[in-house]
Amino acid sequence: MSILTTLQLLPLIGAIVVAVLPVGNAKLIKQTALGFSLLVTAVSLFMAFSFKTDETALQFTETRSWISAFNINYSVGIDGMALALILMTTILVPIVFLAGWNESENGRWSVKVFYILLLILETMMIGVFAATDVFLFYVIFEAMLLPVYFLIGGYGVGERAAAAMKFLLYSLFGGLLMLAALIGLYVISTNQGGGTFDIAKLSELTIDSATQNWLFLGFFIAFAIKAPLWPLHTWLPTAAKSATAGTSTLLLGVLDKVGTYGMIRFCMNFFPEATKTFTPAIITLAVISILYGAFLAIGQKEINSLIAFTSISHFGFITLGIFALTSQGLTGAIFYMVNHGFSTAALFLTAGWMIKRRGSSNIADFGGLQRVTPVLAWSFFLAGMSALALPGLSSFISEFLVLVGSFAKYPVAAILGTTGIILAALYVLIVVQRSLHGETPETNKGILDLNLREKIAIAPVIAVLVVLGFYPKPVLNAINPTTQTIMTHAGVSDPIAKVAK
Amino acid sequence: MLTAPKLDYALLAPILIILGTALLGVIVEAFVKQALRARLQLVIALAGISIALGQLYLVRNQGSSIAAVTSVSIDGSGIFIQGAILIFAFLGILIIADQDHFAPQASTLPGSIEEASALESGKQQTEVFPLTLFAVSGAMLFPIATDFITLFVALEVLSLPLYLMVGLSRRRRLLSQEAALKYFLLGAYSSAFFLFGAALLYGYSGSLSLNGLTDAIRGSGGNDVFLLLGAAFLSVGLLFKIGAVPFHSWTPDVYQGAPTPITGFMAAATKAAAFGATLRIFYIGLDAAQVSWKPAIAGIAVITMIFGSIAAISQRDIKRMLALSSIAHTGFVLIAVVSLNKSALSATLFYLVAYGLATIGAFGIVTLVRDSAGEVTDINRWVGLGKKSPLVAAVFSLFLLSFAGIPLTSGFVGKFAIFSAAYESGNIYLVVAGVLSSAIAVFFYLRLILMLFFAGETNGSVSVVIPSVLTRIAISISAIATVVLGLAPSLLLDVAQNFAYFLR
Repeated sequence: MSILTTLQLLPLIGAIVVAVLPVGNAKLIKQTALGFSLLVTAVSLFMAFSFKTDETALQFTETRSWISAFNINYSVGIDGMALALILMTTILVPIVFLAGWNESENGRWSVKVFYILLLILETMMIGVFAATDVFLFYVIFEAMLLPVYFLIGGYGVGERAAAAMKFLLYSLFGGLLMLAALIGLYVISTNQGGGTFDIAKLSELTIDSATQNWLFLGFFIAFAIKAPLWPLHTWLPTAAKSATAGTSTLLLGVLDKVGTYGMIRFCMNFFPEATKTFTPAIITLAVISILYGAFLAIGQKEINSLIAFTSISHFGFITLGIFALTSQGLTGAIFYMVNHGFSTAALFLTAGWMIKRRGSSNIADFGGLQRVTPVLAWSFFLAGMSALALPGLSSFISEFLVLVGSFAKYPVAAILGTTGIILAALYVLIVVQRSLHGETPETNKGILDLNLREKIAIAPVIAVLVVLGFYPKPVLNAINPTTQTIMTHAGVSDPIAKVAK
Repeated sequence: MLTAPKLDYALLAPILIILGTALLGVIVEAFVKQALRARLQLVIALAGISIALGQLYLVRNQGSSIAAVTSVSIDGSGIFIQGAILIFAFLGILIIADQDHFAPQASTLPGSIEEASALESGKQQTEVFPLTLFAVSGAMLFPIATDFITLFVALEVLSLPLYLMVGLSRRRRLLSQEAALKYFLLGAYSSAFFLFGAALLYGYSGSLSLNGLTDAIRGSGGNDVFLLLGAAFLSVGLLFKIGAVPFHSWTPDVYQGAPTPITGFMAAATKAAAFGATLRIFYIGLDAAQVSWKPAIAGIAVITMIFGSIAAISQRDIKRMLALSSIAHTGFVLIAVVSLNKSALSATLFYLVAYGLATIGAFGIVTLVRDSAGEVTDINRWVGLGKKSPLVAAVFSLFLLSFAGIPLTSGFVGKFAIFSAAYESGNIYLVVAGVLSSAIAVFFYLRLILMLFFAGETNGSVSVVIPSVLTRIAISISAIATVVLGLAPSLLLDVAQNFAYFLR
């Protein structure tokens, strides 16, 4: 049994253990869930250390027959990109547990259900990145919507039911388009000697360009809804507004990455020709997302919506990097996916603590927090700096790589994207100034600073942002082989710099 | 001199056992004391179905197209569908056994003194058991029949008991009787269409059998007005039974009016039987003329899927909503009829079982949600059920997710199998239409789940009754099957693939 399977089974076992614990003992449930998630982190770190960065082939592979009638297998395996995303997931989950220790208690259902849902979600989040069978990927891609649906609808705030519904309908619609494209791919593989869902075999099919275009769109729209790309983003702000901080972290930090991950893993891999056809259009959408997300973030009065719109802007950067089709852009985009996970986590978690303490999520209700709650304020400040990609923090490196990589081929897009950085400074500094600085109003004087549990939760996130900001080499080393494989397969190469002699 | 036809009794035994059990049930009605009847009928019915299933299992690998001269053809698809119908009947009877759903004496006028005294005397409705078994025997004959006379007889044996059973509801009897009358009148029309079509086809081919029809089409080129008219009329009869648009209008009324256990049984078993026959007629009898009928049936499939999905959105009654969702599912299965390949056939077999089991379970749950006046079918009063009775709401949601085709449920695998068969046959536009109508349908299934779990207030007057052991067994089996077939569909898919063939 591959270590990847173990990694997926552990949270599931955790969910089963939590299910049999007594409902009344909330503390025991939380501790058990945290224990299992830490165990998962440990196993995933062990896996990361035994990962060979100099190999381009998939590692830790395992294949078992699942639905033989359609030659569908349970097959898993990871490359550097998948490893980075799985590590991000397994590190974020215990942090989310710890940070939102009490957020499960005001839900419609018991604390127990909350942790069962989260642990099942963790299994699926690992599985979705580990799957090397497209059908398996699809099944998890769809099934993981349900725990999130119940987490938003059951434990969120405000218009939570409507937000959950909107999220699910958007995602399912995209999923159905992908299903149609997936079936098309399967039938084409059947006609070319043996139906299969194996990613490696599917990427070797010869597909005529008209069919490629349709199938590409089927996959791409599903991923563009997930990753939210303008104009398919409208579900995200409502979901982020209603979900708990922990759920939002996982939703934007991990689940939405499945969208950009899918663009690289499936769209570019299966349909290299269609990728080139659609690149100009997608680059345009990416630039619109960067600017649109940033402009709307500036105008937000509500802190969670603000974070959601900054994410739309950041997903624009990631998409730009992917479809620039240069190795720098692609490496930058993959690295950006990891950084964005941690950076959003920092933002949502600190914002969540602020909202909980103040009892309001309106930016206008905060102010002067720096004086009463210095640790919380500094954490929020650092999270904000990471969102605006301050040099020295990891997001700077990825944003820089994306812009450099795309400038080589699409200078206009890169220049427009760069203005996104300036806008980012605006939306971050405005919210930092309004909430942290200035006079402390009477209502905010009683707000308590972070307690030990919360400090322990936020410390690793900030540590990752800073360490990777100065020393990104381990992650980049893991990602590089993936980038090279994808570039070679897609048949693109880096433009040669035109240097005046 | 006439010689008696040679019959292969072993192969026909499953149907004969069911018929015999039904007749035994009639005798019990006549001679056994009132107090014992209900229990005895239940035991007899379940035993009969089990023995028939056992016999079917023994002959599962035999096939013969001359089991009853040329009237029936017992082959993989036929045996598979017969097995499915028997399983549906078994689960259906378990739920039917809850006597609370049936009028104590169906012959009394609603609101009359006789009705009141029948209620008071504690009489029980037990005729429903033999009636169900008669319907099952017809349902088992319909998908294996290969000549028009046998097809018609099977259709009537299947339908007549159902007309009666629809009118047996204990509460809201006028609605129930109205539904029965509507079903009967429209059913009689559709039978007439079917018969008329058969007559025209006989006139065209000079033969009553499907094989004879194929030979005639191959001989004449398949563009004869009698052939086309005959096929059209025959299709009307079949499309009525499966509830395809535009012959669907009876479905919501009948599903709503019938006693809920009967609705569940009907939705599963009738659909399986009617699709079995439809597949055989189109795959065996009319495949040589496919250029003529394929566009029409494909069009009906698209309209049926989209109509069912859109119309269900506006429904306020849970039974009507499930009826319209069944119309949408009919559309999906019609895709497989048009696809005309082996994978479509095995996909249909899987789909019918998956859908049938989830349907019986879903209607089984509808029987549990009641207030003082009986079942509550108004969707608005189901609000907040998840709080009152989490398990029942969760299981019901599972069935809804399966109907919606969410992965890890049997409904998803069924849909996937049908769509891939359709794509394989080149009908990509049907896949696109199917995907779009699934997207519409997802909306009302999810809205219902939303109402069950996420509503603020609960409805105090509605309660979930503790299910009887038998109902509990039936719902559990359906729920477990829905999950298992979603997680490990190979268990049934491989069987369906082995059985997906027709003998000419």
